Amino acid sequence: MKKQINLTKATKSTLITVGMVVVAYVILQILVGAGALSSLMKGLLVPLCIYAIMAVSLNLTVGILGELSLGHAGFMCVGAFTSAFFSLCFKETMAAGPRFLLAIIIGGAAAALSGLLIGIPVLRLKGDYLAIVTLAFGEIIKNIINVLYVGRDEAGFHFSMKDAFSMNMASDGQVLINGAQGITGTPNDSNFTIGAILLVLTLIIVLNLIHSRPGRAIMAIRDNRIAAESVGINITQFKLLAFSISAGLAGIGGVLYAHNLSILQAQPKNFGYNMSIMILVYVVLGGIGNIRGSVIASVILVLLPELMRQLNDYRMLIYSVVLIGMMIFNWSPKAKEFREKYSFKRLIAKKTEKEEA
Amino acid sequence: MALLEVRNLGISFGGLRAVDGFEIEIKKGQLYGLIGPNGAGKTTVFNLLTGVYKPDDGKIELDGKNITGARTIDINKAGIARTFQNIRLFKDLSVLDNVKVGLHNLYSYSTLSGIFRLPAYFKVEKEMNEKAMELLKVFDLDKEAEVLASNLPYGKQRKLEIARALATNPKLLLLDEPAAGMNPNETIELMDTIRFVRDQFDMTILLIEHDMKLVSGICEELTVLNFGQVLAKGKTAEVLNDPQVIKAYLGE
Repeated sequence: MKKQINLTKATKSTLITVGMVVVAYVILQILVGAGALSSLMKGLLVPLCIYAIMAVSLNLTVGILGELSLGHAGFMCVGAFTSAFFSLCFKETMAAGPRFLLAIIIGGAAAALSGLLIGIPVLRLKGDYLAIVTLAFGEIIKNIINVLYVGRDEAGFHFSMKDAFSMNMASDGQVLINGAQGITGTPNDSNFTIGAILLVLTLIIVLNLIHSRPGRAIMAIRDNRIAAESVGINITQFKLLAFSISAGLAGIGGVLYAHNLSILQAQPKNFGYNMSIMILVYVVLGGIGNIRGSVIASVILVLLPELMRQLNDYRMLIYSVVLIGMMIFNWSPKAKEFREKYSFKRLIAKKTEKEEA
Repeated sequence: MALLEVRNLGISFGGLRAVDGFEIEIKKGQLYGLIGPNGAGKTTVFNLLTGVYKPDDGKIELDGKNITGARTIDINKAGIARTFQNIRLFKDLSVLDNVKVGLHNLYSYSTLSGIFRLPAYFKVEKEMNEKAMELLKVFDLDKEAEVLASNLPYGKQRKLEIARALATNPKLLLLDEPAAGMNPNETIELMDTIRFVRDQFDMTILLIEHDMKLVSGICEELTVLNFGQVLAKGKTAEVLNDPQVIKAYLGE
């Protein structure tokens, strides 16, 4: 008897998205092996994974939960610093493999917890108000870390919010987090393989969540809060669930980021609102609520400015033209019509139709 | 004993007494109508019954259980489901998923089994799909299961809203102007559907409606609201011939 493979539409779409990432990973690895990639491009492989993870996780808040969050970089920052702190503490005493695995779990969990704590007051708000308050929380996180000093000597850990001297450490003490100078000497555990695995894991978590009972509840709240309540859905619970999972995944992006650099500092350009907005741009251009689109948009928009480096001044000009072009391609009704007419699926369907006839 | 018993229900918005001394008693299996002119407070009564507003005074009992001032989700769990005057579907979800959201509290698995696709996920999702399709079939929506709710024609959206409310397995179904915006043929079809729901699911139904043909056609008893107060109540035929009701609402 012929075995019937019965996949739902959702599972198929998940497999395609994950498959795309895997294929891209294999191709890039072959290129690296053949020496076909410049060192600049090689250096971009991990950031590509980081930005894709960030965009997918933000899309969970913006597209699936339907709340505009402008503080996503803050959660990345929490994940980066907690995991870098952990890795630095156990740099000598643990093997790289299990240490990084633990760092990922700790970074993700810390960010998810901060998402939960911030979510409790913030998710009472809606729309513009929520966006502005998340923006503020993102900045608060960054600024707290900028004045945080943590050191270690024989007596144990020392904390200060003032400067390194007020920790009163013994003379052989080691400063772990040095305020605005951040964390120095984090082991470089991130690599493209781990980045790709984490991206696939993020995609699976988000896509499977969407197509399950809690995901349906989250989207029901997005589409109509009053109706969702009337069929017995606990609004607060599912909003917090979505928000903290989104924050936790951003934290994992932060872990990758922290372990890709030897000096980790909380600056406006990496954990400020510029970063949050940039990730939001990836989400919007990839399509709000379209997880696969987030991955594609972040890859294109991260690569583009780097590929055009030799164009100097024209670089950002072309970048903005591409932004506008992508926007039109995604959202204009005419472009949508065109896409449907010449879509891959449709071409295949036509072909089989002809063969049958 | 009455399934729904409401005593002396009242609420004020600022200086406006929107509902005052409202009383109603609905027996199990009854098809009950709530009518009255625009602004009389009918939808406010629905919102009070479902916990959208908390009453200032009065008492609501469902099946002998006091649900006065409870949260909307707890009232739904206790057994009241509703539809809305302006349709409120989950418009970007499929027809099937709309009903599955209604099944949310009857079927359960942990978030982790959902994310990591553990066996519980497949087992429960299969049960949910079967139950949801069963409901859709009753409303003749099973062929549109994969269609987005917002792409359904108007009449079917109304039906889907009823299906979603029924999915929560209520004891009492509240319908807020189910025939609004429907043409006469659709209204006749809707009357059949409502009767069918009552018989098939052994349901008690309270509905708000302006279409007198529908009201006189299916409601067994009526309560008339005017300026937030009960103007008349009783058997449909008697109430509709009450001179006070004719003067305030039906027109002479």
